[in-house]
Amino acid sequence: MIKTPHVDWFALAPELFLLGAAGLALMAAVLLPRRWRRDFGALVAALGFAGAFVFAILIYIHTPEVQSVIADSVRRDRLGALAQVIVCGAGLLTVGVAFDNRMRDEHIAEFYALLAAAGAGMCFIVTANNLMTLFLGLEWFSISLYILCAIDRRLEGSLEAGLKYLIIGSFGSAVLLFGSALVYGATGEIAFNRIAEAISAQHLTGDALLVAGLAMMIVGLGFKASLAPFHQWTPDVYEGAPTPVTGFMSAATKTAALVVTLRILQVAFPQEAHLWTIALAVIACVSLAIGNLAALTQRGVKRMLAYSSISQAGFMLIAIASDNAIGARALLYYLIPYSALSIGAFAVVAARERELAAPVTLDNLAGMGWERPLLGISMCTFMFGFAGLPPTGGFVGKFYAFSAAYEHGWTWLVIVGVVATAVSLYYYLAVVRAMYMRPAAELQLGAAAPVAGGAPPRDALLQTSVVLSLAVVVGSFIAVQPLIHIAKLAAESLPF
Amino acid sequence: MGWLTTALILLPLGAAMLVWVFPWDPFTAGAIALLAALGEVGLWIECVFRFNFDKGGLQLDQQTSWFSDLHVSYHVGMYGFSLWLVGLTAVVQAAAIIYAFWAGRTGARAYFGLMLLLTAAIAGVFTAQDLLLFYVFWEAMLIPLYVLIGVWGGPGRLGATLKFFIYTMAGSLLMLASIIVLGISQGTFDLTATWQSSSDWIFLGFVAAFAVKAPLFPFHGWLPDAYRESPPEVSAVLSGLVSKAAIYGFIRIAITKFPEPTKDFRTVILVLAAIGLVYGSLLAFRAPDIRGVIAYSSLAQLGLITFGVFAVNDLGLNGSVLQMVNHGLISAALFLLAGGIERRATTGDFARLGGFARGRPVLATVLMTTGIIGLAVPGSSAFAGEFEILAGVFSVGWGYAVVGAVAIVLAAMYMLRLISAVLHESPGPAVSPEALDLRPAELSAVVPLVACLLALSVWPAAITERSFTNDRGSTDVSAQFEAAK
Repeated sequence: MIKTPHVDWFALAPELFLLGAAGLALMAAVLLPRRWRRDFGALVAALGFAGAFVFAILIYIHTPEVQSVIADSVRRDRLGALAQVIVCGAGLLTVGVAFDNRMRDEHIAEFYALLAAAGAGMCFIVTANNLMTLFLGLEWFSISLYILCAIDRRLEGSLEAGLKYLIIGSFGSAVLLFGSALVYGATGEIAFNRIAEAISAQHLTGDALLVAGLAMMIVGLGFKASLAPFHQWTPDVYEGAPTPVTGFMSAATKTAALVVTLRILQVAFPQEAHLWTIALAVIACVSLAIGNLAALTQRGVKRMLAYSSISQAGFMLIAIASDNAIGARALLYYLIPYSALSIGAFAVVAARERELAAPVTLDNLAGMGWERPLLGISMCTFMFGFAGLPPTGGFVGKFYAFSAAYEHGWTWLVIVGVVATAVSLYYYLAVVRAMYMRPAAELQLGAAAPVAGGAPPRDALLQTSVVLSLAVVVGSFIAVQPLIHIAKLAAESLPF
Repeated sequence: MGWLTTALILLPLGAAMLVWVFPWDPFTAGAIALLAALGEVGLWIECVFRFNFDKGGLQLDQQTSWFSDLHVSYHVGMYGFSLWLVGLTAVVQAAAIIYAFWAGRTGARAYFGLMLLLTAAIAGVFTAQDLLLFYVFWEAMLIPLYVLIGVWGGPGRLGATLKFFIYTMAGSLLMLASIIVLGISQGTFDLTATWQSSSDWIFLGFVAAFAVKAPLFPFHGWLPDAYRESPPEVSAVLSGLVSKAAIYGFIRIAITKFPEPTKDFRTVILVLAAIGLVYGSLLAFRAPDIRGVIAYSSLAQLGLITFGVFAVNDLGLNGSVLQMVNHGLISAALFLLAGGIERRATTGDFARLGGFARGRPVLATVLMTTGIIGLAVPGSSAFAGEFEILAGVFSVGWGYAVVGAVAIVLAAMYMLRLISAVLHESPGPAVSPEALDLRPAELSAVVPLVACLLALSVWPAAITERSFTNDRGSTDVSAQFEAAK
């Protein structure tokens, strides 16, 4: 009889719930008649995300102390639970955005199955506590996302996006894996907390093997979080992937990757903080510079948002690089409005895409604000939120991130962030300008592009998602205190 | 009693939501906005009655924690001088909304919602007692202004908004950096707490934001475009209210909280103000159109007000608060009148205007009255304000007072030029004999502003003796400044 470790099934409930949903949707893809697949798949995925959402909240409430789940390979703590809540919320909104998307019916149930599976992988990785589960979780959600990007097979762009993401993403994973191997080689441990213990016990601080491993792990995670200079895949993939998927990637993948980065650095490498704080600060600056400058010249809205997501990752990295409790709080808080902003902004893009049956550019956004007031106001708010203007949670998030940097003693990083924000205003406002300040008559569509006639499509679910995102974005500005308290309790899972 | 101050912010905010959410027809939307604006004036009058001018200090304040770990709170309240600026806000915004209501803007719901939002934001700036809250309102002012100019502005609006936004945001973000550094290092963001800083860099961050918004020379690059391209009532708000927010910031934050840096940079700021004063006046004299004159005269007047503020003595500060209210009312009235004239003549170019007085006695009377007060004729409220400012700045250096006096002569020149170019001379090609006199609707927007000016001319002490005097608390700016010396 093999002695198996005790398994805390409750802690795994979000992942299991989503996996169940994924399985069910997959079955539907085979067994159900085609006309039911879309509704059934969407319903199952929505229920899966909703269930996981609720379970993650329950875990958050019932886990005041950090607990081991399976032989310490997975942790049950509030940090992971909060990240799961964000990921599942993003997933739930994505289902709403995706439901009316014009995708071909044949693989629609698989789409929802993969979405749920990707969500499950992200829920898993944010609780990972050793190098194996880390890699497992990473591949789990990455592979789901590779397929999701390429799921619209009739579109060349979608296929290209999937392939690019696959190749570059695999490269990133390989780098991460290599780094993990080096860290294991240096310390002989795979559990994050044991790595830290080994480093202090064996006086490994500054050990070449260890530092090389750490650097490669940061690079690998940087690929996933699309931090510059590991961002090259981002614009193409964000542009080519189906828009709801892009929104999900930009919100949930970043949440997972950044929370994992925070956890690894704080739990496994606290002794190396003098190295990685500088490294992250530099990466943050590069991301801010590249993301913002490249976004300035974009005409395609999805590409612009892709570059903007790089710069946003830079802002959030400032919080991690600060290596203090305020920084952790800042990151966990910022992720909430940021996820809502991403999902919401891409949802509006998706709506416009559907209306025009053409890729959305700044030119063909003209007049949208007047034609579709709800989406217009929402998009404006999202842009102001990305730019860090009140009354949005984006403002408070940036404020906290900068405060964390100052607390660390890095006034220069605050200045860099402020300058980056000033630059970013130009392209965020370009969207507002396009939507409200240019009459629709200027709208220039290619001759070949079919102009959707008649009333705009009724997409109640998409609008619901947009309104919910809007509520989160504005609500997180008003209810800072409770959210920061939640983030603070979550950050207490880490050894500060 | 603090709910009154909160109500001053929430009333327009709530009305904005009301206008936006429900599908009103344009008339109803305008009527709701108008009611809210008049309600705001009523609330302010109530505040005046509840305000104890003998007591001084922060009054009608309300504080609720916003996020406690960084000690940021929702803290609003009013000092004597804030009370007058809030009053100015209520009156000018009401006039602007009346004007817009009458002018019939397209997209009425969006338009009036934004105007109300702007009202709330400006009222918030004048009452916020927490640095971060101040910043929030400060930025919240920018968003409606951006859209109002960008959507309803003239043909060059896109360039104007871009310039306006980039200039002001560059300043504001420097202020944000300053606020973060200051708040975290002081351990509180509350303005009423007794802390002062001696850091030059932080001071300059704040000054950057205020100097751009006011604007002070040489940060006025955005001003002519923004004032020319905006709808007239938005120009009125920009020059009448938004610029005052900057001066308010100088008084409430820069001088009060940074006595030492103020002393270090005082000469620089006074010299910049002096340059702005003379340069603005000269440009106003040379400007080819009505709005150009008012825009550059704003630059000049703001220089003069800055004189008073950075004199940092009782005379200068009292005078500058009075002059802020005066200039707010005058420039708002002038911009609204300019709007009326442009509607009639389809242009503001002096070359194509003239002879408006003939057959249009009401327009001539109102414009003349406003202009005469604007050039600070003795007996007017502007004269009282400018006199106090010059007397205040005289004790700092007689040179400044001389510059100020010269500028007042220049003010007479450009104002009289404006009046004669529009009202007198022979009728220009753009002035048709059928062009109507001011309509009752226009009068209802402009006359209250002029009436306030006349009332202040009779009783300027209403403001000068009720802004700082008997106010020996933490806000007594000049006393603190003297102590720091």
